Amino acid sequence: MADRLRSRTTATLAGDLVAPHMRLALFLLLAPALLWLLGLIVLPHVDLAVLSLRTRVAPRTYELGFGNYRTFIDEPLYWHTFVRTAVMSIFATVCTLLIAFPAAWYIAKIARGRAKSLLFVMCLIPFWVSETVRTLGWMILLRESGVLPRLLVELGITAKPVELLYHDTTILVGLVYTSMLFMVVPLVSALESLDDSLIEAAYDLGGNGLSILRQIVIPHAAPGIAAGSIIVFMLTLGNYLTPTLLGGKNSLWFTEQIYTQFITRFNWEQGAAFGFLLLVLSTAIVWLGLVVTGQKFGDVMRRS
Amino acid sequence: MDQDLEVDRVSKRYNAHLAVDALSFAVPHGSFFSILGPSGCGKTTLLRLIAGFLEPDSGDVRIGGHSMRGVSPNRRPVNMVFQNLALFPMMSVGENVGYGLARRDIASTEIRNRVAAMLKRVGLPGAEGKRVDQLSGGQKQRVAIARSLVLEPTLLLLDEPLGALDLKLREHMKIELKQLQADFGTTFVYITHDQSEALVLSDRVAVMSAGRFEQIGTPQELYYAPHTAFVAGFVGANNRLSGTVQRVDGDIIELHTAQGLALHARCTEHVVAGNEVEAFVRPEVVGLARDAAGLATGTPYYTGRIESLLFDGANSTVLVREQPTNTEFRIALPQTGQFADLRESEMIVFGFDPERAISFRGGNDGR
Repeated sequence: MADRLRSRTTATLAGDLVAPHMRLALFLLLAPALLWLLGLIVLPHVDLAVLSLRTRVAPRTYELGFGNYRTFIDEPLYWHTFVRTAVMSIFATVCTLLIAFPAAWYIAKIARGRAKSLLFVMCLIPFWVSETVRTLGWMILLRESGVLPRLLVELGITAKPVELLYHDTTILVGLVYTSMLFMVVPLVSALESLDDSLIEAAYDLGGNGLSILRQIVIPHAAPGIAAGSIIVFMLTLGNYLTPTLLGGKNSLWFTEQIYTQFITRFNWEQGAAFGFLLLVLSTAIVWLGLVVTGQKFGDVMRRS
Repeated sequence: MDQDLEVDRVSKRYNAHLAVDALSFAVPHGSFFSILGPSGCGKTTLLRLIAGFLEPDSGDVRIGGHSMRGVSPNRRPVNMVFQNLALFPMMSVGENVGYGLARRDIASTEIRNRVAAMLKRVGLPGAEGKRVDQLSGGQKQRVAIARSLVLEPTLLLLDEPLGALDLKLREHMKIELKQLQADFGTTFVYITHDQSEALVLSDRVAVMSAGRFEQIGTPQELYYAPHTAFVAGFVGANNRLSGTVQRVDGDIIELHTAQGLALHARCTEHVVAGNEVEAFVRPEVVGLARDAAGLATGTPYYTGRIESLLFDGANSTVLVREQPTNTEFRIALPQTGQFADLRESEMIVFGFDPERAISFRGGNDGR
């Protein structure tokens, strides 16, 4: 009894949490999240992994092996699309960062009071409309008979309406637009936590705008930059709607290949292999990005 | 003596609020100058005007004889130690101290040598590789000062750098700051709301209120010969008594407070009977005795009841209610231990030399 009392009093908060009745409560509280993880993430992926390793050799006969992955390597269209998606996603992430950084800086450091919340809301407002409608909006603006080409004609810049849809640039514009908020939010919170007096001190000690940005602001905001970039990169890489609608038939986005395999070709095995490759790709690039910038995943996720 | 800093009729206005009101002063080379004032008196604005983070609406700031109009902070021969020190957490101690030198395109070996020498001078030899968060409060303080002094500025500005430290460390850093200033011989301009910091550290102190200087002088002048009621009330502890002049006898006036207490005090201003005045009596000026015979002869004395004993070692005081007017007096206990056995609600006599009580025309200046 005395022992138990002593152990009760010396128990830390963490210790209390693992006491038997608490452990049950903790488990129950976590249950929905665990079920969600298990049912929607782990199980489908296990199934996909198994699927991707089966090759159809004849109707209803399957063979275990890496055939689906070999198809990916042997068929240039597939891995071209794969590389193209990766490169364009990285490019879109960099563009988003470059555009979002000044905006986030303005919101975090320059705007005050009402203006600040108004600007933040302005970043959020487009998300009240579904992504499909937003993308269709872009199509209305950019298609050959749309608003922008007609404006160009009326201003005398082009002789006849030009088709602004179905270019890589159009896809990039759409991707950057869709991802902006996810970059702005972590950047604003990273920049807000930067003490203004650090900037003033650096300026006072002889620093100029560029050296302060490079040595004070960016190192401080690095976890926020990394968090925003990871989110934007993953969203972009896995985006289906924007490349399809704005890029048309020629968009050559890897998610479209997956869609085609699953839905059009009804080749679930190939689609599963593609899905896995995309997962590996995004993991590898995120990991590489963190290594190159010297960030720790834990720090980055706490910031986002 | 050369003036390192000359502030010439500088004003700064924020909308309707005049933060700095046509201030002029000069700080000679190698001295420690403090600006003392309550929060909101404009002292931070003044410091930022000198550092260059703000431009004055009118007037001029000259540093080392050169006008600083239109000179940005990174080009002024002035460095600032910030209130929260503002050390760069993303850099090591050595990089912090070397930051300013690196901005001047000095060779990296030269920077390394100068940083090492500077850290040694501030008592942190070999600390280059440490992270900022590994340092104690006092060490951070020294790094912040080293980071500025390594640039050999004409002027070092300090914005309440001791404010964030705990009391014991603050006392210690006060002494250290004074020694550092004496060692380096750099002109320091220090702002604070803590009168003890200003008095202990400075060669000269300016007491600031509502955008103006009430008085500039040595700490002794401010303490013993305040020019205004504000200075008398702000610098050091004081008993403040307002009343009406009854009689004027040369320098000495007799005043009666609203509660009916009659007292004598010195007044350097021109007053006539009927004027409202405020008298200030320092706690240590008041003599305490168990009976009238124990007090200096020839001074008026009062009887009072001890309301509470505020024991604080060498700074012990008692709160006494004068009888019968019930006026409260704060009186310092002598160091002799003579009154160590005082009890609350004991009756006591006290008195003070009217020459050492000072009074000012009252009312309008009574903040």
